[in-house]
Parts: sequence; C-alpha cells; structure tokens
Amino acid sequence: MAKFVTDEVKKLIGSESQPRTFEIERGAIRRFAEAIGDPNPLFNDEQVARHSRFGGMIAPPTFMRSLGIEFLDVKISATRALDGGSEWEYIAPIRPGDQITVVSKVADIRETEGRLGPMVFIVAETRYTNQFDELCVLQRTTTIRY
Amino acid sequence: MATQTYYEDLETGSELPSLEKNPTTRQLVQYAGASGDFYQIHYDKDFAQANALPGVILHGALKNAFLGQLMTDFAGELGWLRKLAVQYRGMDQPGAKITARGKVTKKYVDGKDHVVECEIWLENAKGEKTTPGTATVVLPSRAAR
Repeated sequence: MAKFVTDEVKKLIGSESQPRTFEIERGAIRRFAEAIGDPNPLFNDEQVARHSRFGGMIAPPTFMRSLGIEFLDVKISATRALDGGSEWEYIAPIRPGDQITVVSKVADIRETEGRLGPMVFIVAETRYTNQFDELCVLQRTTTIRY
Repeated sequence: MATQTYYEDLETGSELPSLEKNPTTRQLVQYAGASGDFYQIHYDKDFAQANALPGVILHGALKNAFLGQLMTDFAGELGWLRKLAVQYRGMDQPGAKITARGKVTKKYVDGKDHVVECEIWLENAKGEKTTPGTATVVLPSRAAR
C-alpha cells in the first residue's frame, strides 16, 4: 500500500505547466559560469567567443537550472526532498538575448521502499524553446521525496 | 581556448582529461545565489543536521555542472555536447576534493556526425564514485576538414 502516492496524486502524471518565457541575460550566464568555477571563454568572454564558431557567448550546459523553473507541485505529505539526477539533451545553443519558453510536464510518479522508508520518485520533463520556435534543450529531472 | 580533440584521436577506453574541483561552503552560497536554489541543506549546517544529513552537502545540480564542464572542455570549441545524464548516488560535502573523470565507451559515425559516447563520474577523495553518468559528444573529424 503506497503511503504517499494515492490515486489522486497519480492523476497528475501527464499534466503540463503553463508556458513561461525568460529572457537570457549575459550577466546571468557569466555569474553562473563563475559560480560553478568554469572559465571557458564561450561562457565568460564575448570578445573571445565572437571569434568562435558560435559567433558569441552561449550558456553552459546546466545554466537552465538558474531560470527558476517551478516544476509542477506534487502535493504529498513527504516533507524532505533530494535531487535524484538529470538527463539533458542539447539540440541548439542558448545565447544571451534569447527568449526561452519553458514547459514542464510530470512524466512519472512512483513510490518504492528505500533505505530511509517510503520514497517517491517524481520525474519532470522540461522543454526549452527559443524565440524562433527551435527546441534548444530537453531535460528530465528526478526528484526524490521522503 | 584549449586544444581541440578530434574523433580520430580516441579509441574505446580512452580516458578524458580529468577535472579537479575543490568546492567550499562559499561556492555553495555562490551557487545558491546564481541558480536560485536556496534549499537550506546546502548552506545551513543546523538545518542540514536536523534533516538527517552529516552537514551541508553539495547541490546535485552543482555536481551536474562539474560534469558538464568536464564534457564541454572535452568537446572543445568545435565539438558539441549532445547528451548529459547524471545520477546522484552519494552525497558530497564541501571542503573535500572531488574529481570529474570519464572514458570513451563507444565511437561511431552517424550520418555526417562523428559521435563519441562516454561513461563519466565524480569521485570523492576516497575514490568512491558519488555521481555516475553518461555523456554523448559530437566531435570534429580530421577527415572532414
């Protein structure tokens, strides 16, 4: 008998968030690169990046974590949360000035008995699309609640 | 920019240049600010311990970023990171060295793309793999130049 994942909770599988659009700021890319300690000029230095094949700065692979995406709230009584992992697929670069529209979907919710008692695995699938309707990034994130 | 690696330079089993990181509590606060993830287990020791943790722990997403850096360094300016997957199996705490490593598991040509698949991981000072993952890059080919 599942402790947290009731039939009511399972109905959330497949539901999608409202699309939200974010403007990608050059300073935010730089601050993110600095915070993760990545000196790659593609993420830090417009002058150098302009001479690269990208023609300018681009965002580092996990920059999208900083956009403040709120994955759909799955209301269960488990109070603790851990980040279980992410899968990313990169199709096109994200650049300063881009308008990125984000839609997140609940792909899966399941409960298992873990080391710390019942654990709920929530998988969110997020699509990042730019102002030219090009899909840039696909992300699958697993959150563990217990 | 760093030296470019080409598809022909690699064999199955080739090791990627490793990346050493020495995260501090300061970096966790900096990452919290840059990412907007202010969950207290990453900077408030009392809060972390009250939540059955040994102390503050690294953001999973920061570890993901370290493995991202491993791969974008490896891909170089002419390469492209196509896929990156990580699993958070073990916790890492600030104040200890962690090293990002990887090796080539498969290489093949897919249409015009020269594709290299890798097994990647973060290992702690004890040599334990806390954060295993996989990555796929498209690299330039010397033949196609």
